Amino acid sequence: MTAALSIRNLEKTYDNGFQALKGISFDVQPGDFFALLGPNGAGKSTTIGIICSLVRKTGGSVSIFGIDIDRDFAAAKRLLGVVPQEFNFSQFEKVYDIVCTQGGFYGMPRKLAEERTEKYLKQLGLWDKRSTQARMLSGGMKRRLMIARALIHEPKLLILDEPTAGVDIELRRSMWTFLQEINSQGTTIILTTHYLEEAESLCRNIAIIDKGDIVENTSVRALLKTLNREVFILDVRETLDQCPDLGGFEGRLLDENSLEVTVEKGQSLNDLFTRLGEQGVAVVSMRNRANRLEELFVSLLAEERQEGEE
Amino acid sequence: MMSSAVWTSFATILRREVRRFTRIWPQTLVPPVITMSLYFVIFGSLIGSRIGEMGGFSYMEFVVPGLIMMAVITNSYSNVASSFYSAKFQRNVEELLVSPTPNWIIMAGYVLGGVSRGLIVGFVVTLIALFFTDLDVQHLGLTVAIVFCAAVLFSLAGFINAIFANSFDDISIIPTFVLTPLTYLGGVFYSIELLSPFWQGLSKLNPVLYMVNAFRYGVLGVSDINVAWAFVGVLVFIALLFGWGLHLMSHGKRLRH
Repeated sequence: MTAALSIRNLEKTYDNGFQALKGISFDVQPGDFFALLGPNGAGKSTTIGIICSLVRKTGGSVSIFGIDIDRDFAAAKRLLGVVPQEFNFSQFEKVYDIVCTQGGFYGMPRKLAEERTEKYLKQLGLWDKRSTQARMLSGGMKRRLMIARALIHEPKLLILDEPTAGVDIELRRSMWTFLQEINSQGTTIILTTHYLEEAESLCRNIAIIDKGDIVENTSVRALLKTLNREVFILDVRETLDQCPDLGGFEGRLLDENSLEVTVEKGQSLNDLFTRLGEQGVAVVSMRNRANRLEELFVSLLAEERQEGEE
Repeated sequence: MMSSAVWTSFATILRREVRRFTRIWPQTLVPPVITMSLYFVIFGSLIGSRIGEMGGFSYMEFVVPGLIMMAVITNSYSNVASSFYSAKFQRNVEELLVSPTPNWIIMAGYVLGGVSRGLIVGFVVTLIALFFTDLDVQHLGLTVAIVFCAAVLFSLAGFINAIFANSFDDISIIPTFVLTPLTYLGGVFYSIELLSPFWQGLSKLNPVLYMVNAFRYGVLGVSDINVAWAFVGVLVFIALLFGWGLHLMSHGKRLRH
């Protein structure tokens, strides 16, 4: 099967000598919901910039649904939609005009562009703002405007660079639902995000990039399986003045009604609850101290840096 | 990209450009009309009546073609320079760069947007000139052709200026220090026959002189220079600037990293 995106030995060295990408390779399969993660300056935006032609690569190749961008970039671009990290529309144009005009840039007849503009502005809750100048929109609305604009030509591959940055929780959730819907309709989605909960909730596969290299490229499920330990916060009904005996579990009292317990790989939560129950401590709720993917992300980058130092 | 899609893309850019300068018409269309009206009143009517004839015509008749051409040149240039630089500054030029629109279509769309504003301003200035003098156009086809070519040429120059510009100051430097002196010394207000041979020779290095005189020839039937050479020169410069602009676009000069 032809990959939706195939990147081979991609390199980018900027004019000042900074090597942003050191020959990365990865594939994204059609229909996938793929996360590209990494700390600031890791090379995520450079990679996206090269895919959409805003950054010129210095080596390697990129193919979109089998079309090499060096051979027929125009054909490849028709299959691609990009939502950049920073707002890049005219602040003085009306919402409707921004989206509809983008359709024209892709050669869409005016009538079709108008129909699609209405469809996506309605789906993204911007139809009521269609006559408003873009500068008057809230941050969340501006993000949705960029998504509507990227979808106007109904691309087979949609790349979103930090789409929910600065967006409140409620809106973020509704954007997740929207993205899951268009992914279920067949659009391949690549997402970069700082919210690892977002990547864990939405994405099936993941690549982690650091200092211009891919340090991990696997499925989210496989990655989570490598998690050796998880830290849970347990809220208990009883008021505690000291940490109960947790047996083989490592833990501490956070406050009089909550415990922090570390569960190593191979340990069972049932054993923990049994032991607490024997001491008359009832657990009323529990949650991860941090996002699981976040813990892995931090440990992977730490390992990578340690190896680099050695 | 298929030809119909290319045409749609071109029409979209042009429509957006026209929408932009008509939306802000108090900034784009009114000021040049007011400025040119003042030129007509002060130079043409008040001072011109004391100057007498120039080139066999009243001073007002002589100066009107040059002022119309000046309005076309400055508005074509500044429209593209400010519009394309604003698109760079706000980064909405990326909307076009990530699309399959070919570079030459992007250039052509912006340039024709500048030409549209130049011609609209030129038309309005011409209407105002009719309040001051009669314009009995001698060679209509030639007049229209040279004004269109001049608008294209200076729109292209504005486009290249915008590519190189790093700040809004950079798009005002060329109009202030290059375009305005060339226009004022390009025979708008006087015939170069009034100058000594040395200054006449120097004036003939000024491309604006050829456009102003070709336009004046179209309107009045008199010119300080050979009109055929004026057309050749303008067309050569259009070809050179278009090639240069395309080269800059294809190398992503100050547009892509």
